[in-house]
This record gives sequence, C-alpha cells and structure tokens, in this order.
Amino acid sequence: MTASAPHPTDLLSRYDQGGFFDELFGSRASPAPHNALIRERLAALAFEDIHLRSENAARELYNLGITFLIYSEQAAIDRILPFDVIPRVLSSTEWAHLEAGVIQRVTALNMFLCDIYHEQKIIRDGIIPAELVLGNSNYRPQMVGLKVPFDTYIHILGVDLVRDGEGVFRVLEDNGRVPSGVSYVVENRHMMQRVFPDLMQNLAIRPVDNYGQKLLQAVSEIAPPDATDPRVVLLSPGSYNSAYFEHIFLAREMGVPLVEGRDLVVSNDRVYMKTTNGLARVDSIYRRIGDDFLDPLAFDSTSLLGVPGILEAYRKGNVGLANAIGTGVADDKAVYCYVPRMIKYYLGEDAILPNVPTNICREPEALRYTLDHLAELVVKPVGEAGGYGITLGPLASKKELADCRTKLLADPANYISQPMVPLSVCPTLTEDGVEPRHVDLRPFVVTGRNTWVLPGGLTRVAMRKGTFIVNSSQGGGSKDTWVLED
Amino acid sequence: MNNLLARYAEDIFWMARYMERTENLARILDVHETYGHDHHGSKNWRSIIRLNGDEKGFFDRYPTASAENVVYFYILDDSNPTSIVSGIRAARENARCLRPWISTEMWTHINVFHNRLLSLTPEDIALPALTRLCSMIKESCQTHSGITEGTFYRDEGWYFYLLGKNVERADQTTRLLDIGFHAPGPSADAIDPARHDFVHWHAVLRSVAGYHAFRRVYPHGMTPADIAVFILYNESFPRSVTLCVREINLLLTRLKSRYKLNGGNKALERIDEIQSALATRAIERVIRDGLHGHLDWLQLRLSDFTSELSRSFFGRQPSEVSQQQEA
Repeated sequence: MTASAPHPTDLLSRYDQGGFFDELFGSRASPAPHNALIRERLAALAFEDIHLRSENAARELYNLGITFLIYSEQAAIDRILPFDVIPRVLSSTEWAHLEAGVIQRVTALNMFLCDIYHEQKIIRDGIIPAELVLGNSNYRPQMVGLKVPFDTYIHILGVDLVRDGEGVFRVLEDNGRVPSGVSYVVENRHMMQRVFPDLMQNLAIRPVDNYGQKLLQAVSEIAPPDATDPRVVLLSPGSYNSAYFEHIFLAREMGVPLVEGRDLVVSNDRVYMKTTNGLARVDSIYRRIGDDFLDPLAFDSTSLLGVPGILEAYRKGNVGLANAIGTGVADDKAVYCYVPRMIKYYLGEDAILPNVPTNICREPEALRYTLDHLAELVVKPVGEAGGYGITLGPLASKKELADCRTKLLADPANYISQPMVPLSVCPTLTEDGVEPRHVDLRPFVVTGRNTWVLPGGLTRVAMRKGTFIVNSSQGGGSKDTWVLED
Repeated sequence: MNNLLARYAEDIFWMARYMERTENLARILDVHETYGHDHHGSKNWRSIIRLNGDEKGFFDRYPTASAENVVYFYILDDSNPTSIVSGIRAARENARCLRPWISTEMWTHINVFHNRLLSLTPEDIALPALTRLCSMIKESCQTHSGITEGTFYRDEGWYFYLLGKNVERADQTTRLLDIGFHAPGPSADAIDPARHDFVHWHAVLRSVAGYHAFRRVYPHGMTPADIAVFILYNESFPRSVTLCVREINLLLTRLKSRYKLNGGNKALERIDEIQSALATRAIERVIRDGLHGHLDWLQLRLSDFTSELSRSFFGRQPSEVSQQQEA
C-alpha cells in the first residue's frame, strides 16, 4: 500500500478570517509561510473526524479531572477549560522576538521593584508619580529595605499579549503576582499528542515538558544559603480554589509536597511543615496565595489560608518566597502605562514589545478624552483580574455606557481606558465548522538567578463568536501553542 | 529523611477506609437482596439500619424500612453520610487532596467511578437490577485496590493506606457478623441444609466472600458457632478480624521502624489488647456472654486505635506540635 496524498476537504475552504490578522493564515496580503504544511494537513481532515476527536479530548480532560471549579449558588461544579484542537503556531522568528521582549520586560519590572523598595530613584527622577507607587494598595511597606536573592521579585511572570490588525504583538497587561494557566500549556500539548499525532508528525515543535524542573530550580535558588538541599513546597489555598488543578499539576511536576496554610507553622522565625514525624523545616515556598492572605499577623487578619508569622520568617531570610511579597505594585494596570518608560530608564533600551496605548483616568486630560470617546474605548478597573468589571465601549448598550460613565466620574483613579484592539483570530472548531475566533497569548517567564521563558505560552480563545473576552471565568477556552524550530 | 505530610497520611488512611467501607456496604446490600426472598421479609432490611446505627437518620427521612427505601438510603441518598454515593464522594475528596501524591490512574479511576454513581437513577437500583449494581460497585472498589497495588509509590503513604484498609475491613467484618447473627440468634446447633435458615447462613458467609473457604476448613456440616469462629478467628481468611488485626500490628511496627517514627506506641498498645483478646476468647464464652457485646467491644477498640493513630501521625494534637517545636 502506498501513502496517498491528502485529499483536501472543505474544512478550511469556506473559512473567512474577516478583517483580522490570522494566526494560521497571516494577513490577507501575505499568508504565513511557516504554517503551509499545517494548513495542508488540516485541510485534509473531515469535519466529522476532527469533531469526534475533539469530543474524545473533552471527555478525557473531564475524566482526568483537568478542571477548574465554578461556584454556583448551589454547589461547586467541576468544569474543563474548553479545549480547541486547532493549534496556534508561532514561527521561530516570531518567538525569538517575543522571548527577547518578555525577558526585557521582566528585567525592568524586577529593577523597578528593587528600586521602589530601596532608593526610589525612579520616583525622585520624576519618571513615575510617587502616589501611583507609594499610594498603591499593593505597595508593601514591609518590603522596604529588604534584600531578596538576585534582586528577583517576580520569579514567575505571565505577560498577556494581543496581536493587532497589523500582526504586531502588544502587551495588554502583566501578571506578576500569582499568574495561572501554565498547567494548560503542558496538558494541552499532551492532549494534542494523543489526539492529533498525524498533525504533529515530523514537525519540530519546541517542547514544554520541562517547566516544572525550571520552576523548581528557580524556587530552590532563592532558599536560604544554609540550606544545602533545600526543601521546597507549593503553598495552595486548598482544594476549593478554582486553580487547584494547576497547583496539583505543578507540585507533581516539581516533585514537592502541596501544602496548605494549616500544614505549616512558624516557630523562632523559621517555617516548618507538619509531618508524620513532627515538624520538618521548609526552605523555600512557591506560593499560590496572594499577599493579602499570606500572613494574618501582617496582612488580612481574618485570613485562614495563610501562615501566621511567615512574613517575619521571610524578612529574617529564613525562607524563600516566590513570588516575593509586594510585586502587585508592578502589575497594576495604572503602573503598566509606565513600563515602556521604565525599560528606557533602567535599561536604556526601547521596549521590544509595545504597550497598548492607554489613558490613565486619574489624569484629568485622559479622563476627559475617555468620557468623550466612551463608545470607542475599553474601560478597565485598575485593581481587578479575570476580566471582571470591563466595559467594551463598541459593544456596550446605552445603559452599560451610562453606568460606566457614572463609575468613572465617581472614582476616576480606579480606571484606565484603551482603544479596542482588533485581536487576531485563529481557526477554531465550532458546531458549524471551522470559524475565526479571537485569541491572546500568555507566555510564562521564570526567573531565579537567570531568566527562562517557556516556549509558546497559553493561547486563550474567546469561544463565543465575535467576543474579545478570553478569560476562563467568562467562557474562554484554550489552544495548544506551537513554537516551530528553525 | 523526608517524612510524609501529616495531612496526606490522614487523607490516605481515610481514602482507603471509605473505599473498603463502600465495598462492604455493597456486599451487605447484595446479600440482603437474597434475604428479601425468604420469610424474614422487611425485618432484615431494618436490621441493616439498626446495626449501622442509622435508625434516626433513616426514619427522619423515610416512613418505613421497605427494601426500596433502605436500598435508596444506602446507595443513592446523598443526604445520608453513610450511603455509597456519600462514601465515594468522601473518598474522592480525599483523593482530590491527594492528587499531588497518588498516581494519576488512582485518581482518574475514583473520579470516573464517582461520576458513574452520580449518573445512577432510581431505576438502576430497582431490586431486579440490584445484584448487578452491587457487583459493579464491588468490582470498582476492587479495581481501585488493584490500581493502587500496581501504581501507588511504596513509601510511608502505602503503609497508611494498608492500615486504613485493614482497620475498616476488621470493623466491617464485625458488623456483617452482627447482622448475620442478629435475626435468628446464635446457637451451636447444626444447621439443617433442608431448612430455610440454611439460606441465611449461606448468605452470611457469602457476604464476606467466605463460603468456599469455610467449606475447606469445615467440610462437614455448618453451625452458627463454626461460622462465628471462622469469621472472627481464622488465621488465613483475608476478611477475618484476627487476620486484619494481625496485619495492622505488622504494618504499624514496620512503618515505625522503617521511617523512624517516634509516635504510635499507644496505638500499638491498643492493637495488642485487641490481639490478645481475640487470641484468648473461647467462642462458647463469647456466645454465652453475648456475641453482639463482644463485637461492640471490638468496634470501640478499633475506634480507639484510630484516635491514637490520629494523635500520633496526623497532627491532631496541638501539645505534641509545640513539644516538637522546641526540639
């Protein structure tokens, strides 16, 4: 029997990317050459076939419990993150650009944090307003003057990137506190390898399996110097947290215990975990608990998730924490606007990855502009995550716009506005065939002594037609992200 | 040495107990379906409720102990904490907390089993389908044991798993025996195979999967006392109380020495007490003084053992923690 050439089906023949940049087809003018083989292979698949494989993948994800929790009024429900089987593919050139961009960004953000918790030169030099930093609710005075290993504060950074109509990658926001989603990157790859081995055959795709080892290395590097064989743990808020699957995943990949606050105690400014044989010293912690809940003695006193006394142990240098305390001031949506200037200030370079143009509504000029152009702009509260509280001007009703105006006027400093970026699309499987859906990209950047970037990152996809909101809490899904080698 | 997180030890212990408990409950229900056909009728369904101490929980929800009500109460009723659905939910909750520690195959199996139970409808537990359903549940529990045996990493956690399994099995065996002896009352008289109560005693042995093993030891005839001796004291029958207790003793001794654990001495004392009581009690005396009372005593001692284990290894006593902090 001889191998037959693939027969084109109509899977992609009626596909219309609209006026957007397409991750598989490129721009209308110049189809992305690196994707030619993948397009050809996809075009040879029948809709029924790809649909069946997609259903099998969903069932497997559910059975494996690769889920996140949604809380309804009655109960907590396990949901899988919708997984789209058509991959998003980046060329080696595109990736080299992105990688350099996020490394530059994390370097500047860490220098910024080191600066504001020590000399505060950037404030004195008038690059960023003092009240934006020192008056920020995520600024932690407890960190002032504290030296952290390698001056690294953000050990794990997730950078949310979007691609505009010209195909230019832009930074939408930084996630420098407890970014999540990396488990889906690895699990999506495993799922593709099981469901679509024929699509991946003989393609040089950069692997993503070593994330856990790289993370463990970084977290081990920040252990106290006297810990020769540091004991690392992952601190989770517990099995009812919506990202609990990811905590499990990472603990397994790192080969370390997943602990909760109740498993740890602090004594003589040292952190211990409760074992079957009493207390055992803990040297370094990858914590998936926000600053506020970390230590009821220092921050939110009602928190039951944290470990009383852990801040003091940290301040004495007896335990490593990743991320460091107080990084939230660097990923604030208002501070975000200043990141290109930070890069220039600390590194003397232009930002490799531009921001999305942003109006800071605390500034009267920007507020006026925002109010005048409300129907064209995206308005975001600065302190929220997960896509909550956003008003999309072009899609909003009259009432939503009026509500937004009221909120803006009541507390302008709590908002920024941005033009609506026409997010790039990627062919996505729907009940009616393959259709364009909007995507973003979140690369994961790991920094201990050095910085390493996981090739690709999490591609989130807005599964509902026309919508730009990709957050899992708002019905978004994800795709496998391939970085091709040369 | 890196010792096991205390909470993991506790979750592993209880996961094993819930799975074992579920298997035994499926056995009881399966066998009682047979009882349903003899002249005892609904009386025996009521005895399950009584011996599990569920009278209040049951009669708060149901007017009568009909077969349908009891079966629903013990299989699908998620408001009953002792139902099979609740047991597997609890095992899954333990497994959920243990996912970083147990094998992916163990977790996936429990997750799928749980989802399957959730999809059951009242038709699936109707009496004609009950035996098949009980077999499915029993076999799912056994599949869990098999997957665990074949994939669970053998460190401290494995010992806590086996401890949980054996404690629960010993406890459940005393309950099965109690249910079996409740209805007709124990006697040393031979059972006439032609009489209806042969069906009953046959079912008691079958509920612990012990009929053929019993026949090997007692090829001729069958007395209730022989059955009690076999289920309580047999040295080789995997569900006998004596064998389970001997396993517990061995496991705990080995766990302590292999992982240099300081705690657990009181738990060992408790298990020694049970062992010597089992070794010296003549069955005639047990039956004369009341089998039910003896089984109660065993259940209480096993519960004391679990408390000691919790205090020693599961981080359940604040004073111990503060002592170790000083060290």
